[in-house]
Amino acid sequence: MAPPDTIAALLQRLDAREVSAVELTRAALDRIAEANGTLNAFVTVDETGALVQAQAADAARAKGTAGPLAGIPIAHKDVLMTAGLPTTCGSRMLANFVAPYDAFVVEGLRRAGTVLVGKTNMDEFAMGSSTESSYFGPVRNPWDPERVPGGSSGGSAAAVAARLVAGATGTDTGGSIRQPAALTGICGLKPTYGLCSRYGLVAFASSLDTPGPFARTAEDCALLLDAMAGHDPRDSTSIDRPKEDYRRSLAGPPADPARPLAGLRIGLPEQYFGDGIDGDVAAAVDGALDALRRLGATTVPVSLPAVRLSIPVYYVIAPAEASSNLSRFDGVRYGHRAAAYDDLGDMYRKSRAEGFGAEVKRRILVGTYVLSHGYYDAYYLKAQQVRRLIAEDFRRALGACDVIAGPTSPTPAFRLGDKSDDPVEMYLNDIFTVAANLTGLPAMSIPCGFTRGGLPVGLQLHADHFGEARLLEVAHRYQQATDWHLRAPPGVGRHG
Amino acid sequence: MGEWEVVIGLETHAQLSTASKIFSGASTAFGAAPNTQASAVDIALPGVLPVLNRGAVERAIRFGLAVGATIAPRSVFARKNYFYPDLPKGYQISQFEIPVVQGGEILIVSPTRGEIVVRLTRAHLEEDAGKSLHEDFHGMTGIDLNRAGTPLLEIVSEPDLRSAAEAVAYAKVLHGLVRWIGICDGNMQEGSFRCDANVSVRRRGAPLGTRCEIKNLNSFRFIERAIEFEVRRQVELIEDGGTVRQETRLYDPERNQTRAMRSKEDAQDYRYFPDPDLPPLVIDRAWMDRVAADLPELPAAMKARFETQYALPAYDATMLTQSREMAGYFEDAVGSFGGEAKIVANWMLGEVSAALNRTEVDIGAAPVGPPELAGLLKRVADGTISTKIAKEVFDAMWTGEGVADEIIAKRGLRQISDEGAIEKLVDDVLAANSAIVAEFRAGKEKAFNSLVGKAMAASKGKANPAQVNAVLKRRLGG
Repeated sequence: MAPPDTIAALLQRLDAREVSAVELTRAALDRIAEANGTLNAFVTVDETGALVQAQAADAARAKGTAGPLAGIPIAHKDVLMTAGLPTTCGSRMLANFVAPYDAFVVEGLRRAGTVLVGKTNMDEFAMGSSTESSYFGPVRNPWDPERVPGGSSGGSAAAVAARLVAGATGTDTGGSIRQPAALTGICGLKPTYGLCSRYGLVAFASSLDTPGPFARTAEDCALLLDAMAGHDPRDSTSIDRPKEDYRRSLAGPPADPARPLAGLRIGLPEQYFGDGIDGDVAAAVDGALDALRRLGATTVPVSLPAVRLSIPVYYVIAPAEASSNLSRFDGVRYGHRAAAYDDLGDMYRKSRAEGFGAEVKRRILVGTYVLSHGYYDAYYLKAQQVRRLIAEDFRRALGACDVIAGPTSPTPAFRLGDKSDDPVEMYLNDIFTVAANLTGLPAMSIPCGFTRGGLPVGLQLHADHFGEARLLEVAHRYQQATDWHLRAPPGVGRHG
Repeated sequence: MGEWEVVIGLETHAQLSTASKIFSGASTAFGAAPNTQASAVDIALPGVLPVLNRGAVERAIRFGLAVGATIAPRSVFARKNYFYPDLPKGYQISQFEIPVVQGGEILIVSPTRGEIVVRLTRAHLEEDAGKSLHEDFHGMTGIDLNRAGTPLLEIVSEPDLRSAAEAVAYAKVLHGLVRWIGICDGNMQEGSFRCDANVSVRRRGAPLGTRCEIKNLNSFRFIERAIEFEVRRQVELIEDGGTVRQETRLYDPERNQTRAMRSKEDAQDYRYFPDPDLPPLVIDRAWMDRVAADLPELPAAMKARFETQYALPAYDATMLTQSREMAGYFEDAVGSFGGEAKIVANWMLGEVSAALNRTEVDIGAAPVGPPELAGLLKRVADGTISTKIAKEVFDAMWTGEGVADEIIAKRGLRQISDEGAIEKLVDDVLAANSAIVAEFRAGKEKAFNSLVGKAMAASKGKANPAQVNAVLKRRLGG
């Protein structure tokens, strides 16, 4: 039985006229007003716009012209362009920038009838693993406000975990959907690179950036993904393939209800179960694997030898692309421009020095360095070569299994400030997540237990390219048999 | 100068004649109000992405096929990173390590070396930048991004040119070719075809000297003058004991000199890397075949055909294949005329070309088209009018008086060929000019021509000159 405030449940109540979109939207706005002072999950709340959309959704429902998600309040990460609303990327550089158009995934969710209540806080330009680097201040974890929600999509994750909205979008460049999902006890899906268009996603690292959904259940992720996936001729890396129906692929009972995952082979890479993993996290993941075996799955050992290089590879490629992508923020046409400057060079220097925060500057410097003459071969080119080795490892492993499982993050949510002075320590949070971005493979984090201190733990599943339906199915069967995803943070859970 | 050898390579930017930009749907039309043809992609809004215009690729393929180059089955777009206000993304999308067109050659006629082959290194696709407007705003710079994202084909030659004149000859052949195959309008005033010249000098037999690059030469005259100045500058520098520094220079047409812009030392590090927003450009055999099937007969092939099919001298064939319009006009006129092709060639290179130049009209818009010209030439061939009268008729046709037959009839220019009429004409002339007749009889041969002239004048040029000659001879007892 799904909890009453999932997207699927809300749709049933909307269909049954038990509740209106306006009522759902007002309730969401009320919860945000109450909780955001603590969580800082939202940087923009669009009360007026949300109510107009909700009224339109109710009208469409009355006329029978409603989209599949009509009336569901959601939030978008503030790196996705939303026509008429600020799109800040968590940066002073774009603090006053109002998007003139909708991103592809925003467009898709709008067409499906969702009600956009606001934009969520994030690490500046999506660079970070804690949502502490936002110009608008850090986001706090609903499970413990002294702790981070993960990042970079920490605002979206916190908003869904705290039940402010039932679903939200995020973007994942090195784990920015999955790691915060794990640290806040919700589901987060990073689709295959090219499944969801990047049009309107303010680029951090173009070859890695992937938009995807946050929700509390796999079924809700499927509902959101149905509205977000699709070919887009405006993104040359968007892949033209027949559209799937992810929701429908979850419907119906399995062939063998006692063993719904019979036949599923789960690969366990030795590299994901070694040292450096928090004991409680390891125990929760082991528990999840036991549960999956009880559902009929078998586990097989696999090896991903090159994956140990994924952090250094990632921290060459991502900053390299970022250093170029962020060049357009020059103070000439839009965004922050210094108030006073002597000449063109001075305008560039001051505008960018004032507009960007420390982590963004660090990555621009690293990226500029690794692309510079004489270093390109040793860093960027070498990193691309190793990237292919990592992809080859996954290809081989996925020949011997259907999904690859492991912890999403080596540790549960850490305290604010704990890692913000040590970039390398912070980067190591991404140790299990960056490979999916380097290889373009789909991966998902689902809640699979708690530490003894009561912090959520995430299980990460990878599948082959365009294996989203399989990931969602495994997660869905797991959630039908477990209740980790039903647990609410302290003080949260009274449904509006 | 005799001991010095000049070495020149040209990099030519040809603006491709697509209706929209290389990575966006905005128009490429020239001359619109500033920033009215700049889309979200062209001004580099956050979140927008480039989408390659296949029309630009097709034009690059056309060029590659026309110069016998290799068309890369897989080429890569790269980012060239630098900051400048008219470069909205902070990088230019270009091709670096793997260009779409590799190799190829251009045949030119050198004034000193005859026909020579100029090898091409490569030709690659890239986007143009916008324009900075420094004059119109007091103490500020305006930015016009209409040109940003305009597709360019950068055509790079090997350093095979040995004089300014050869560089100009190469640029002219290339200019004719890109227009011939319809990939570039060739408008040099609007910047659609502009060259950078890499120039160095060396003593004969010595290794290559240090080169300087002269940027943005947008007329054939500037190419010639800039290179001539630069060669003189380098030779004088070396002869005075100095050395040439590798640098980028600008040509100032007002002063007719080049001046240093930046040296190699302060050259920027462009941090090229493959653009992750654009997958490699894949061109398969089928695409190449479609483009090849659509390619017109090329100027060199057409010139050779004109020499054999129409028995034209090489000079005429070369001149008539300067443009597709010229060649098409010629072949249409020959077809309508049905007579000797050389006559059509003579008229085209003479009267027609002169009239085009005089009235500054493109041949496509000439008031006298191929069938009209043929109609006129038929009247010369059948003796209705003389060549001399035909020129008068042609001028009248050009000013719109009508077709040849109408003008001949209206102006009464039909040639007089009636034997009786001519005899009467000659008899009248003889009667009225007894003094000249006497001179002739006294042995002064030139007097005969004078009498012919009198007879022709009396007929207002309409008498058949051959008949006048014959009758006059007979009458004077020839």
